[in-house]
Amino acid sequence: MSVIDPARATYRLSQLDWLESEAIHIIREVVAEFERPVLLFSGGKDSVVMLHLAVKAFWPSPVPFPVLHVDTGHNFPEVLAYRDATVERLGLRLEVASVQDYIDDGRLRERADGTRNPLQTQPLLDAIEGHKFDAVFGGGRRDEEKARAKERVFSLRDEFGQWDPRNQRPELWNLYNGRHTPGQHVRVFPLSNWTELDVWQYIGREKIELPELYYAHERDVFERDGMLLAVGEFAQPRDGETVENRQVRYRTVGDMSCTGAVESPAVTVEDVIAEVAATRVTERGATRADDRISEAAMEDRKKEGYF
Amino acid sequence: MGIATPLPTSTLLRLATAGSVDDGKSTLVGRLLYDSKSVLADQFDAVERVSRDRGLAQADLALLTDGLRSEREQGITIDVAYRYFATAERSFILADCPGHVQYTRNTVTGASTADVVVLLVDVRKGLLEQTSRHLAVASLLRVPHVVVVVNKIDLVDYDEATYDTVSAQVKATAHSLGLSDVTTVPVSALAGDNVVTRSDRTPWYDGPSLLEHLEQLDPVGEPHSEPLRFPVQLVIRPQSAAEDRFRDYRGYAGQVASGLVRVGDPVTVLPSGRTSTVVGIDTADGELTEAFSPQSVTLRLADDVDISRGDLIVTSRSVPSVTQDIDGTVAWLAERDLRAGSKVLLKHGTRTVQALVKNVGGRLDLDRAELLPADTLGLNDIGHVTLRLAAPIAAEEYLHSRSTGAFLLVDPHDGTTLAAGMVGDALLSTAAV
Repeated sequence: MSVIDPARATYRLSQLDWLESEAIHIIREVVAEFERPVLLFSGGKDSVVMLHLAVKAFWPSPVPFPVLHVDTGHNFPEVLAYRDATVERLGLRLEVASVQDYIDDGRLRERADGTRNPLQTQPLLDAIEGHKFDAVFGGGRRDEEKARAKERVFSLRDEFGQWDPRNQRPELWNLYNGRHTPGQHVRVFPLSNWTELDVWQYIGREKIELPELYYAHERDVFERDGMLLAVGEFAQPRDGETVENRQVRYRTVGDMSCTGAVESPAVTVEDVIAEVAATRVTERGATRADDRISEAAMEDRKKEGYF
Repeated sequence: MGIATPLPTSTLLRLATAGSVDDGKSTLVGRLLYDSKSVLADQFDAVERVSRDRGLAQADLALLTDGLRSEREQGITIDVAYRYFATAERSFILADCPGHVQYTRNTVTGASTADVVVLLVDVRKGLLEQTSRHLAVASLLRVPHVVVVVNKIDLVDYDEATYDTVSAQVKATAHSLGLSDVTTVPVSALAGDNVVTRSDRTPWYDGPSLLEHLEQLDPVGEPHSEPLRFPVQLVIRPQSAAEDRFRDYRGYAGQVASGLVRVGDPVTVLPSGRTSTVVGIDTADGELTEAFSPQSVTLRLADDVDISRGDLIVTSRSVPSVTQDIDGTVAWLAERDLRAGSKVLLKHGTRTVQALVKNVGGRLDLDRAELLPADTLGLNDIGHVTLRLAAPIAAEEYLHSRSTGAFLLVDPHDGTTLAAGMVGDALLSTAAV
């Protein structure tokens, strides 16, 4: 049995360096092999980290593709401001696919529960088709959810954007197969092998700025289905739900009407890392109402073409 | 200028698990995740709830890993799933490979990136045909370490002699397949014996628990002793888009596939054979004096040589030959058969070339580890092929290099991944040892 020899340990990458290198390799492969890549950018921490990696991958050249935001219309204002400032700073082209537009002209109808996360699929697929994007970078991680654990780094989607989990291409070594026929596209997940803790440690190490709501702040919230929802334009307390001012932060950002905050004293990135390391609930379990509906909620949405 | 910050205490180890039907693999993986506290409360609550609904007395840890609806309905695992867990010593990426559906396809996939294969056998059944096949795949893919978990030791009353018999049987087979580093551990995944902590119920066993063993295994590679191989992914030329000082910048972006590169090193570009010297190793965080596998960097060279995607930059001290004729071993992963005369695409590093299948030279009988005559290969077959390429590549024997000896075969029409390929006669070297 061979064991670690300290003399050789200097030529070993730390976990974060390894993950960073893998992600940069993936992003460069896509730019080399595809005609029209695009990066899904919401201002959420995973998409922010992905964009940071893209900047590093092509330095000193600028990022050679645009970013796409699928806008639910239920945004946290500070996240939209962050999105616009980032796009401006990096000189990127921003495309927006607006769920609100689809609702306004009748192509989509508001759901009874008012949440819009599931409504993002059609505007996303239309944007991909309209712009002829052939590779779409997403910030999905395999540790997020059981259906995502079976996702490939390069995930082929058919003309309808569908994911067929039983018929995926085997992915061998670091040889990614991005071949596709016209009409098909490939979803690419450079953060596949990252965990929530890796993402936060990397944000800390790289000193990446995030929207402020990822850190603890005072906010008027009310409790629904065991989650803390912010009082605002898109979420109002119903009878029996009382509003309280609490110190909270967000572990994910999405549709304001169904994205919950967690009570937290974590005001710095170091605090958040310590909190994530000690946490006992997954980020989706804690903060996404739409993922808690059924055991297969994510699988069903992914099959239809969701992120 | 500086070198990459080494953090030897938090390295990553990649595992692939494999097993046969009902040998408790999902339970073992669930146990590793649960006992290393990588399963969070809401995930465990969901498993408990479903277990209760199904009338089970205790939480079925296998439910932690079966992610797809059809897997839960059928109670089987269909596709490779990736899991993440960490201890104070190390982080782990686990490729969980199902045992019975498309086992070769899944096991080859998992083994291709693994530092260690964790293989399960049922102590009551001993070495099955499928165990030998998995060992053969681990040998073929040159996985550096193998750990055989001899499971269900509780069902033979923790009997030392039964374990010893199975352990000896497994080791003999593994050694006959050329696997040098094989360890066995007596385990009950269900009861948790020797998974994370050493069990009191196996006092005759003085080795480490499975997790302790995985924490101290050496991952692959000794970058400084291997020759530099650097497949060029793309050329970085900012031109007018950049600040003035980068107007004439020209760098070659890639991930070091093997070895080590230092500023000042003489290099050769393949397939052209032109030579130059490394004058800069760039990253967005600044220049490096050296880079090693698997770092992603950008190299600058002294001379304005013609280099593009698909070229391989190698150390001039060890230059592989370039060729248009490849003898290779392939694991066939597609429904349609492979036969002589097929035209396919071959992807090697960052280069993709057309290839003609000139000859199918036989099929490996994994049970007996010998080559049988065959002129076609079907799904899950492993066999020998001769290929003629439309353009030369710098091919090296997979035996010597897991990075530059590997290739894919791809269908040129619909893009299907047809085969995992290894340059050279991996079969003979597996069977002959």
